[in-house]
Formats: sequence, structure tokens, C-alpha cells
Amino acid sequence: MNNLKHPIVALSGNPNTGKSTVFNALTGLNQHTGNWPGKTVTLAAGTFAWQNTTFTVVDLPGTYSLFANSPDEEVARDFILFELPDVTVVVVDATCLERNLNLVLQVLEITPKTVVCVNLMDEAQRQGLVVDTDKLATELGVPAIPCVARSGKGLAALKKAIFNVATGRIATSPRPIRYDPNIEIALAVLTKELSPLAPLLSPRWLALRLLEQDESILQHFLPEDKTSTSSLVMQHPSTTKKVAPWFS
Amino acid sequence: MAAANQDTIIPLSLLPNDSWGEIVAVEIMGPVKRRLLDLGLVPGTKIQFAFSSPLGDPRAYRVRGTLLALRANEAQSIMVRRSEQ
Amino acid sequence: MVQLNSSQTAALQQARQLAANLPAPSHDQVVCSIFDTAQTIAEQSVKKMPTSKINWQERLDHVLTSPILGFPVMMVLLVIVFWLTLEGANYPSELLSTLFNLGEGALSALFIRLKAPLWLHGLIVLGIYRTTAWVVAVMLPPMAIFFPLFTLLEDLGYLPRVAFNLDRLFQWAGAHGKQALTMCMGFGCNAAGVIACRIIESPRERLVAILTNTFVPCNGRFPTLITLSAIFLGGTLYSSNSGLSASLAVLVLVIIGIGTTFAISWLLNRTLLKGVPSAFILELPPYRPPQVIRVLIRSVFDRTIHVLIRAVVWAVPAGALTWILANIHLGSGATVLSTAANSLNGFAQWLGLDGYILLAFFLGLPANEIVLPIVVMGYLAGNALLWPDTLSELQQLLVAHGWTAKTALLVMLFSLLHFPCSTTLWTIKKETGSTLWTAVAFLLPLMIACTVLFILNILLPSL
Repeated sequence: MNNLKHPIVALSGNPNTGKSTVFNALTGLNQHTGNWPGKTVTLAAGTFAWQNTTFTVVDLPGTYSLFANSPDEEVARDFILFELPDVTVVVVDATCLERNLNLVLQVLEITPKTVVCVNLMDEAQRQGLVVDTDKLATELGVPAIPCVARSGKGLAALKKAIFNVATGRIATSPRPIRYDPNIEIALAVLTKELSPLAPLLSPRWLALRLLEQDESILQHFLPEDKTSTSSLVMQHPSTTKKVAPWFS
Repeated sequence: MAAANQDTIIPLSLLPNDSWGEIVAVEIMGPVKRRLLDLGLVPGTKIQFAFSSPLGDPRAYRVRGTLLALRANEAQSIMVRRSEQ
Repeated sequence: MVQLNSSQTAALQQARQLAANLPAPSHDQVVCSIFDTAQTIAEQSVKKMPTSKINWQERLDHVLTSPILGFPVMMVLLVIVFWLTLEGANYPSELLSTLFNLGEGALSALFIRLKAPLWLHGLIVLGIYRTTAWVVAVMLPPMAIFFPLFTLLEDLGYLPRVAFNLDRLFQWAGAHGKQALTMCMGFGCNAAGVIACRIIESPRERLVAILTNTFVPCNGRFPTLITLSAIFLGGTLYSSNSGLSASLAVLVLVIIGIGTTFAISWLLNRTLLKGVPSAFILELPPYRPPQVIRVLIRSVFDRTIHVLIRAVVWAVPAGALTWILANIHLGSGATVLSTAANSLNGFAQWLGLDGYILLAFFLGLPANEIVLPIVVMGYLAGNALLWPDTLSELQQLLVAHGWTAKTALLVMLFSLLHFPCSTTLWTIKKETGSTLWTAVAFLLPLMIACTVLFILNILLPSL
């Protein structure tokens, strides 16, 4: 587990949401690229300080979902799952909140320690959209901070929210997604069974993957399990990318 | 005439310019389908044909507040019901 | 790997068996529930106010993707980017070249003061330093202009529209619309273009884009094309419209390169890389005013410096090698360079070139910028002191060695079509992870270039 002396913040978001602008605005010039232990992934990381605590922000690839349909999605998902960031920030575009909430809800299924950064508030306003971030925060059960990352508006509030969630000053309680009743019944059974894994992994999230017969995740837990190796090669686009079968 | 259109299910590729439809089914399999689902093209979603590229294909559709370009090849497999707004 | 204790592993195995016996929901059902929730939350927290403002986004899209204006606007933007790059690079290139000349004088003086042996001075100053300086002076300014311009268009949100506009053509060739973007990038640097191919998800279509990227001339080849067309295809050198006709000649070459890209993509798609075309699913993001400062920083650090460093890393050994070859004398008294050129001469004549030209293309593998200097070095028999300083001096030298307008045209075509530079090949190896495909990336363009030159050499009358 990460202790709070070196808290880690994962930065995720859809493409075209200004995620890299948020990253630059948060970390300024304190950036570097680094390899993450045990993986051949290169991700940009940077730091910022708040209340004498130095946070390391890791810029995850921009993705539309976390279903691991592409190498990028797999990198983003696995970082949130296995590097156990103290806070995961999801940058969303205020002008198309609905589509962006898909990713937010998927992140919330994995980790409750989440802050939503509602970027491009100025553009939303220009389009006549009034985004009620307080209402959004209540609905989601996690902080939602309005931002205009280009001009730095809302960044202090974002840092504060990250700090508060990391230190537990704000207790988050994500609203669970309600599935069809028959799925919910099956989920209840599996979630109970999986409860011993609780602090490490969300039992409900894992139960859903098992129910969907998505076994690619199991190889991370069961070393002998090689039933699905399709997603073993996990690389970020900024590293060498080996794509079978054309390149083998 | 308009009433008849309301219940007709057509492929997205036949949706007239500027008009809206509601997705009924995505009849594709595999990774392309998963990508479309990720972008919010699930049954019940409202989608509008916004404009086409200079050579007619691909076309841009407005869906959930975003603009999405699709080739006719994919749009053929997305079934929609004509709808308002 | 996440470490589980035994009771956790047992729980996981138990749950897995349980799940296998439960009815599996479809992935659609799961995604639908998530989007239903998203829609509910969005409806509750976003209110749409009626705005009287004009929707600039829609207006812009209707112009930039219109059947009438879409393509012309694209062409005009392309021409503007080229013009700014080439015109803007002139002065800084000359300045750098002057600075490097001063540096060379100082360096030579230092070598003399240290009483360094003559060969060491030749190797380091005349070989390595000169070649590297040439590469930097010729390559850095256009790249430092081109990449920010390109990033600016990227930041504006225009580039996805280029892919959108052109996708139909790529579809015909069995390729992907995003290849248009990797080609644009290739104008800056083919290695950068190859890296950009990562945006194409389908491995087959990405490979098509990687293998054909070399057919768009990069910044390293533009100086060669411009110089030769100014000398031989611009009509009389001193006539007033020579600049215009030279520019037109370069534009025609660019169009030939793009045409070749489509043709070879089409061919690959029906031979080596047969397969089902993947889907074209592309979000067209809203247009946004670019963040100029960020664009400058990002394009200079991430792209320009990156590409430049790699070019310099290759120019150093190439400079050394060329100098050594031009200065090692064999038993007969001829240098290795001239011997090699003579042995290539027979084949080169078939293509309408000569041995020095062909050899220069191979020695120029590390960086296309050095092809022309190597030809000159070869003609001067290693005596680099009589370096031609003006275009007319260069013209006299080339004509003295049998060049005609036809030779120049064939050299330009060879430069356009021949193999990618070593930096690009190295990048292709890294991106594909395959030696085989890297070999194809080298041999395929070479075969095409040789075939085209062979045929044209027979068909074209001597000019």
C-alpha cells in the first residue's frame, strides 16, 4: 500500500477532454517519463505539492472505457487496478458530460477514491450548457470540481479535493450502477463469495468480470492460469508496440 | 406519411440528412461493436446524421453531444428507428 | 502480479466456478446499464439554455468538409505550410551554415595548434564535423517551423477532418483514413510519420501506412528536390519565373509521391497484406483555439529535438565513413569511394544515373540531406576545398560531370521513391518489432524506384 508520504494520483479521461492540459497545469515543469515496476509501460509523471504533501501524478492514456479493448485501455485499467493509486482523477468534458460519465462510472466501479475534474466549463457556458457540479457530485458520490484548465481556473480546488480524498478527509461513496435484476442477483452471490479480496479489489467489479466470462483479468492473480493470454502483451503506445500476428 | 416513418426501422446509413433516429440494434460483432458501445452507441441512443465528407463516405453523426465519423460499412449494420429531435 | 493469500485464492476460484454456472449477461447489457446511469445523471446535472449565438462549430464543419470547398481548403493549407516552412527556413539555415563555418575555422586552428596528425583533422573536421553541421543547418530550421505548424493544426482540431475528408480514397486503396495524418507527419520527417502510425489501430492498415510513408518526401529530401529543380527544371536559372516553375516541379513530385502511396497501398492490400478492412470510427473533436505556447514547447521538445538528435547520431558515423572511403587509396591509387562508384557505374547507367550518384544514395542512408554533398565530394575526388558555394557553381560542376535535365529529373524521382533513411528504418524495426517487415520497407521502395527509373531512362529522350 502506498503510504501518504508519497501519494500517487492517476489521471484518466476520454481523448479530447484536455486531459494533458490538466496534467500540465497540475504539474507545471515537474515532469518526467518513467517505467512502472514490472511493466514495459512508459507513462509521463509529474509532481505537485499541497499542504506539505508531494503528489505524484501519472498521466494515463486517454481512453473511452476501461474494458481493455485496446492496449491503451488495458494500461489505464491495470494501473488503476494494480498500482493502487491513492486518488484517481477522471477528467471529463463539460460539453458532453453524458458520454464522459461512461468512463467515470467504470472507474467508480473499481475505486471509490476518485475525483471528477469537469474541464472546459467555459466552453460549456458558451454552448448554453449549465453544469451543476454540486448536483453531479451528489449523484456520483465523489467530488466533482469545475475547471478551466487552460486558464488555471479551479486547479486549487482540484488539488484540495485530491488531498482530501487521499487523506480520507472526504469520505466518498460512489453510486453503484444498477444492472438488470437477474444480473444483480448473480452479482450478490458472487460479491459475497469474493468479499475476502475486498481491500485489494472491488468484489463487485471482479464479480461482474467473472459473470461476463472476461477471464483475462485472472492471470494477474492466478499464476498458473494461462487460459487467456491474448492480453498479456501490455504496452503503451510510447513504447515499442508488438502486435501479433502481423509483426511476429 | 410521417407516422409511417416513425415505426420504420432502417440502417443508419439511410438516415436522411439532419434527421434523428433511435438506435435499435448494432448488428456487428467483435472489437468494432465493442468500440461502438464504448462510444455510447447502445440501443435507445438518439443519433443524428450531421454531415458527410466531400466524397460522401464516411459520414459524421451527432451522438450524446459528440460528433462521430463512421463509414457506410459500419452505419449499414446499425439499425435505427426514425425519431424526433 | 497481485499477491493473494490462500483464502483469497480459494475465494476467487470458488467464485469463478460459481460464475460459470450463472447465466452470463451480454456485454451490451452491461454497457447499456452504464450509459443509462450516465444519461440519468447527466440529465439531472446539466441544463441546456437556449442560445442565440451562431454555432461556429457547425459552420466551420460545413465549410471544411464541404464537397466543394473541403479539398481546396486542404490543398491551400498544405501549400501555406510548405511555403512558410521553406521560405522561413532560408535565412536561419544560412545563418547556421555561417556559424558552423566559423566553428570549423576555429576547430581547424585548434587542431593545428595541438599539432594533431592530418588524418585526424580530416576525419573529425572534414568528415564528422562538416557532415553533422550540414545536417543540422539544412534540417533544423525547416523542422522547427514545420512541426509547430503541424501541431497547431492538430491543436485546432483540423487534422481529424483531414482524415475524414480523405478516408474514401484510402478506403479504395484498402487503407485507413488516418493514414492521411501519418503522411502529413511524414512531410516533416518519415521517422516521425512512422511513429504517428500508432494512431491506426488495425495492425494490417498500420503496416500499410508504415511501409508507404517513405513516398512522401521529408524535410531531409526537400532541399535536394528544390536545389535540383531550381538548377535544371526552373527554365533558365536567372529568368524571373524560375522560382515559380521550380516550385511547380516540386509540387508535381509531391503529387507523384502521394499517387505512389495510394497505388502501393492498393497493391499491398491485394498481395502481401490481404485482409478485411477495419472500421473507420473517429471522433471529430470540437474546434478549439490552439494554445500557442504549449504547441511551441511540445513540438520543439517532443518532435524537433527528438528527430534532430537521431539524425545527428547517424550523421556522425556517416560523415566519418564517407571521409575514410574518400581518402583511403587502394593499390592502384584510386580511392575506395571512386572504386566503389566505378563498380556501381554499369548498373547506374541503366537507371540514367552514374556510380557516384547511386553510391551517394547508399552512403546517404543515415540522412537524406547528405546525398547531394556526397555526390559533390565524390566529383571533387575528396578535395572538399573547392566546394561549390552558389547554385551556378554547383550547376557547372554537375554539368561538367554529364548531368542533363533528364539526369536531374531521374535523381529527383529516385530521391522521392528510394528506401527510407536509416533513422526511419530503425524506427520501423522498433514499431513493427520485425526484421522481415523492415527489410520489406527497404527493398520495396528500392525496387519501385529502380523500375521507374529504368523505364523512364528508356522512354525519355535525352533532354
